Amino acid sequence: MTTDLLPETATPPTDNSPTEKQQALMQCEHLVKRFGDTTVVQDVSFDIMPGECVGIIGPNGAGKTTIIRMCLGLTVPDQGHIGYQSVHGQALRMPQDALAIKAELGVVSQTDTLDPDFSCEENIAVYGRYFGLNAAELKARTPDLLDFAVLSHKAGARPNELSGGMRRRLSLARALVNNPRLLVLDEPTTGLDPQARHLMWERLQQLLQVGKSILLTTHFMDEAERLCDRLLVIDHGRKLAEGSPRALIAQHIEPEVVEVYGPGAVALATAPIRSRADRAEVVGDTVFFYTHHAASLLLELARQPQLRTLHRPANLEDLFLKLTGRQIREGA
Amino acid sequence: MSDTNTPYIEPPMAVDESFTHPVVQAQAQAQDPIARKRYKRSWGSHSSNPWRLPALDASFWPVFYRNFLVWRKLALPSLVGNIAEPLIWLVAFGYGMGALIGTIDMGTQQVPYLLFLASGSICMSAMNAASFEALYSAFSRMHVQKTWDGIMNAPISLDNIVLAEMLWASFKAVFTAIAIMGVMLALNISTSPKLIAAVPVLMLTGVTFSCLALVFNALAKGYDFFTYYFTLFLTPMMFLSGVFFPLNQLPPLVADIANALPLANAVALVRPLFMDEWPTQAWMHVLVLLAYAVGGFWLALALTRKRFSA
Repeated sequence: MTTDLLPETATPPTDNSPTEKQQALMQCEHLVKRFGDTTVVQDVSFDIMPGECVGIIGPNGAGKTTIIRMCLGLTVPDQGHIGYQSVHGQALRMPQDALAIKAELGVVSQTDTLDPDFSCEENIAVYGRYFGLNAAELKARTPDLLDFAVLSHKAGARPNELSGGMRRRLSLARALVNNPRLLVLDEPTTGLDPQARHLMWERLQQLLQVGKSILLTTHFMDEAERLCDRLLVIDHGRKLAEGSPRALIAQHIEPEVVEVYGPGAVALATAPIRSRADRAEVVGDTVFFYTHHAASLLLELARQPQLRTLHRPANLEDLFLKLTGRQIREGA
Repeated sequence: MSDTNTPYIEPPMAVDESFTHPVVQAQAQAQDPIARKRYKRSWGSHSSNPWRLPALDASFWPVFYRNFLVWRKLALPSLVGNIAEPLIWLVAFGYGMGALIGTIDMGTQQVPYLLFLASGSICMSAMNAASFEALYSAFSRMHVQKTWDGIMNAPISLDNIVLAEMLWASFKAVFTAIAIMGVMLALNISTSPKLIAAVPVLMLTGVTFSCLALVFNALAKGYDFFTYYFTLFLTPMMFLSGVFFPLNQLPPLVADIANALPLANAVALVRPLFMDEWPTQAWMHVLVLLAYAVGGFWLALALTRKRFSA
């Protein structure tokens, strides 16, 4: 049994020596956004370092999309500051320098904004022109981008002839047309089947490996664990926690979880067996035991064969539910 | 399950390390994103005041060109639709009613009703073409297809997108009007060499009605809303602007109101050109059209900014 919570694997890949303090690509400081009387984002700060993948996770309506919109200059924060370090080293600010910053960004928004009247190929070319690319550059880039999106065979197809996963990949390919330094992805895999999600993740991992930075929102915990170097847990517009996925789990959750359900399971939460775990939680007909050492608990549970038990390591979902609660959100 | 003190993290998906996609390579090598263009810092435009001055520049062009590329795919059928209706009106009313009415006294000359109607209806066609494009089509792009949202993720501002839509609708208006003018020439309705001067006037007419339509585009929740604009605004204006009958047929008060309408000013400029005369008080009519255009564009932009900041 080794307790191995090394956070090293979660730090961004960087060529710089650790002593040299790297400058953040994007810095968000004390962002506040109100709509009428409701404060949807309350004092949220975070940095995105070059080559880093930062994830924002939170329930529906937590403020994720508003934070993204502020980062893109589409919504002006009521308070706070968003800085961006340009490729030429200039310190730019959102929203004053929105256009200069967006020239270096690639954005995949939550809802598709693909042009239904254009083929895949034309979609990329038309989008490239918005960045000032000329015909020769577009001609050189488009086939590779289509290939990257595994859409070469669909070059002439229109978006409504594509599956959901293909459309998302086309959106990603389109977002790469200007060779962006920072990709901003708002729920990039929502609504996709597992195959399409895995292909999307694999593509994003390749981009991270060559030093792209990514800011993404998601409510898939496996996506967050897989891709993100650092996570922000957001709820009700506030930042509840920040750190690498593993560090967050280690910090907030006991490492092992035993889920028990079946006749008499709920009563266990108040029975003597409760003392075998650090924490117990009842959700519906199931008891969740959180513990550092599940062995004795499992031994005792084995004497009650009518109960069904599931022993598993703590995961990001446990952390998420602990921090944001289990109630269903409006608009979910 | 005993050896699970470590939080379990799934291993990353197998990625063939030896293979890097050409796009990924290209993205890694070229450190420079497409940032060779100098983007101005917009000191004023981050202000949340929607009434701030428009910040317009040439970056509207790729948006205009996008609309052109879509239109090119369907240009011919859409052209037939655009000019068939006005021509049916012209033939039915011009030749049918024209035979009953004969000529109309325009002060300087007696004008065949067909010519009278042709000069008015070409303005109406420009108005309709601009309005349809800046309402239904622009709304599709803005609201239904979210094309504008996609464009705004590139370095193009909302101000320039609205400008592109305005110019695009104006282009369609001019294109339609020129096509109709070609048919009128072929039918020998007017052979005035001054018709060439009608083209910029029709362009201004297109600009004016595009700007006005974009105001309603900014306010619309759905396509149904545009029916009001057509039935409550454009249709009455058609009858009050001297397209079908001279304005002096109207009671003086109504005629005064009619004279202030944009379409009436467009007709007042175009009709003399069809009659091979120069319009009187041309500068005044141009100013009225310009005032509607500038006021309309500013209002449309402010309302669109409000719509997108919400």
